[in-house]
Amino acid sequence: MAAQPAYVEFDAVSKSYDGVSQVVRDLHLTVREGEFLTLLGPSGSGKTTCLMMLAGFETPSGGAIRIGGRAVDDVPPRKRDIGMVFQNYALFPHMTVGRNLAFPLQARGMEKSAVAERVQRALQLVRLQGFEDRRPGQLSGGQQQRVAIARALVFEPDLVLMDEPLGALDRRLREEMQFEIRRIQRSLGVTVVYVTHDQTEAMAMSDRVAVFNHGRIQQVAPPEVLYEEPERPFVATFIGDNNLLHGRVHSVAEDICEVAVDGQIVKAFLVAPLDVGQEVSLAIRPERVSLAPDAGLYSNEFEVRIEDTTFLGDHLRMQTVVCGSEFVIKIPNIIGHGGVLPGDTVRIGWTTTDCRALAPDLGPAD
Amino acid sequence: MAGTVIASRRARLRAAALTLPLIAFVGVTFIAPLLSMLTRSVYDPVVADALPKTIALLRVWDGGQLPPDETFETAAAELLAAREERTLGQVATRVNRIEPGLRSVITRTARKLARVETDSWREAMIEAADAWAEPSTWRAFRRAGQSITDQHYLHAVDLDRDGSGGVVAQPESQRIYVSLLGRTLMLSVAITALCVLLGYPIAYLIARAPPNKGNLLLLLVLIPFWTSLLVRTTSWIVLLQSQGVINDTLVALGLLGDDERLSMIYNMNGTVVAMTHVLLPFMVLPLYSVMRTIPPQHMSAAASLGASFARSFWRVYWPQTLPGIGAGSLLVFILSIGYYITPALVGGRTGQLISNMIAYHMQQSLNWSLAAALGGILLACVVALYLLYDRLVGVERMKLG
Repeated sequence: MAAQPAYVEFDAVSKSYDGVSQVVRDLHLTVREGEFLTLLGPSGSGKTTCLMMLAGFETPSGGAIRIGGRAVDDVPPRKRDIGMVFQNYALFPHMTVGRNLAFPLQARGMEKSAVAERVQRALQLVRLQGFEDRRPGQLSGGQQQRVAIARALVFEPDLVLMDEPLGALDRRLREEMQFEIRRIQRSLGVTVVYVTHDQTEAMAMSDRVAVFNHGRIQQVAPPEVLYEEPERPFVATFIGDNNLLHGRVHSVAEDICEVAVDGQIVKAFLVAPLDVGQEVSLAIRPERVSLAPDAGLYSNEFEVRIEDTTFLGDHLRMQTVVCGSEFVIKIPNIIGHGGVLPGDTVRIGWTTTDCRALAPDLGPAD
Repeated sequence: MAGTVIASRRARLRAAALTLPLIAFVGVTFIAPLLSMLTRSVYDPVVADALPKTIALLRVWDGGQLPPDETFETAAAELLAAREERTLGQVATRVNRIEPGLRSVITRTARKLARVETDSWREAMIEAADAWAEPSTWRAFRRAGQSITDQHYLHAVDLDRDGSGGVVAQPESQRIYVSLLGRTLMLSVAITALCVLLGYPIAYLIARAPPNKGNLLLLLVLIPFWTSLLVRTTSWIVLLQSQGVINDTLVALGLLGDDERLSMIYNMNGTVVAMTHVLLPFMVLPLYSVMRTIPPQHMSAAASLGASFARSFWRVYWPQTLPGIGAGSLLVFILSIGYYITPALVGGRTGQLISNMIAYHMQQSLNWSLAAALGGILLACVVALYLLYDRLVGVERMKLG
């Protein structure tokens, strides 16, 4: 992937509707050719605004967007040649599926026979052969979704944007469509920018994920990296479960630091350079915590009282308090509850590398 | 099970009973008058009731020569009886509509016959009025004696029956209703087209505006709707009359000479302008309610698919608004072909519609049967239009709001 050239570039892009509060702030982002990039974040984090600026429906207040090396500020949406799948599909209800698919081709003045052939190919791609005479209202949600995707692809754009396309589907259909979209994207090699607020969806589909909050990208990375090596507290807690401990840097030695948390010392891996005395958040994944290890096995070991345990089938979830903060431990269901009951005091431990000293979040005022 | 079925049936009956007052109201105030009016247009028993024996004798008469003495005798007796019972006026009016001039003949004859004693009623009647010596007078009586008649409908479309009962056109000077109906339909089409032309952009603006602004705009459409029709129509008079605001302004600006003032009211133009204004909300509201349901993403989607604004509009937006245009047009058209007050106030001579003629026959000439026939034709036009709309578009696709 890294070898692919940049296709879409956001260069210091910002957007403000009222000139005071910024919806998107100083955004730098590169989408590579053929990449599936997801913009992930809670609602109001600026991800949809970014997509709309890329599509041309919104104009950046500052900075520039380049597609294929060309600045597109003055290019209207209809001239950008970008396929777009809308949140509620935006299929034209008075046209048949076939005429919906032919619409972008006719708008480009394509010949009748070529149109028919392209429409057939697009229907084949989304496995809806024989549906061309139906109207969108006669199709199920999943089928409408496929038509919307086919319509965004039928004119063979190099870039396709998808704005929460699976939001209206139920969970099973959503998983099926995630797979389907990924299959189509790979088979065509088309570049996709995908917007969602659902982190599992983002993890399942993307080559890379850009995590948005407060109109800023907190981290851009492939899904595994986001999970294993989150850089900021927002990413650490938004992707999967995480325990956060807040303290002050006590000492720093190369990429390891000691952090004082509620009077106790925790050894952590440094994500970004920190100075002694600085405030810092530590992230420890619940499943990386060992229950009742032999003493001295881990660099971080605490005696804690188990407040509560919950049986969740494949794992046990234990609630405790570490250094004054709520703390969760997940134990895979291999040995049952391991003889640990609520009210017991046990030793828990984790390694330095599983405890990440994070860089501060990029907030709205930064 | 059986218990619940009965219970649910009772609940349904009780629910249906709640609509009884409405049904009764509609029956008394709408269906009954409508039926009685439509009946009146084809059923007119005044003469047959007042002169039953005379009419029976005339039915067997060949219509060529004068009827026999017996008919004169019976007619004289029954005319005198009708005079006594004070139904003679109605009889005279009815016969007069078939053969103008006979009203005075009938009343004069009855007055004179009451004072003579004679054996030969034939001579006495002819003495009272020469018209009794004409077979055409008796033929008029025979026709007036038909209780069920198509005469009013024939008159309503400028036709009549000649002496032998064949259908012929009215003399040219008396043909007014067909051209009036034609003018009514033409003006209604013009008003409907103007309403579409003016209402579509307004409805589009309201539907696409942010909700608070949209509501304000909608209010601007509705406020005239809530204002008295008379006030609105009168303000058009203030604006359009020859000494009105517009003419004064044009003259003051030097665009018109004082003697060239435009006549914009008390003619067809006045009717069209004022009625378009009055009926515009009936176009805007259905259009707006249809446009509101069209997601704004459709236009964005069309743009992202490479279509120009014109193409997006004509291919994507316009077709989805057709049910609203259909509903609004049907509403405006039906309202305008039966409209009365506005053309009466600002229509002058050339801006009158068929309903003004109906009102004339109801209030001035008191020819209710002809008014009923004209109303029946108007009703038939509306029903035909509705059926046509249903056939072409489908009434279930019509969206009124």
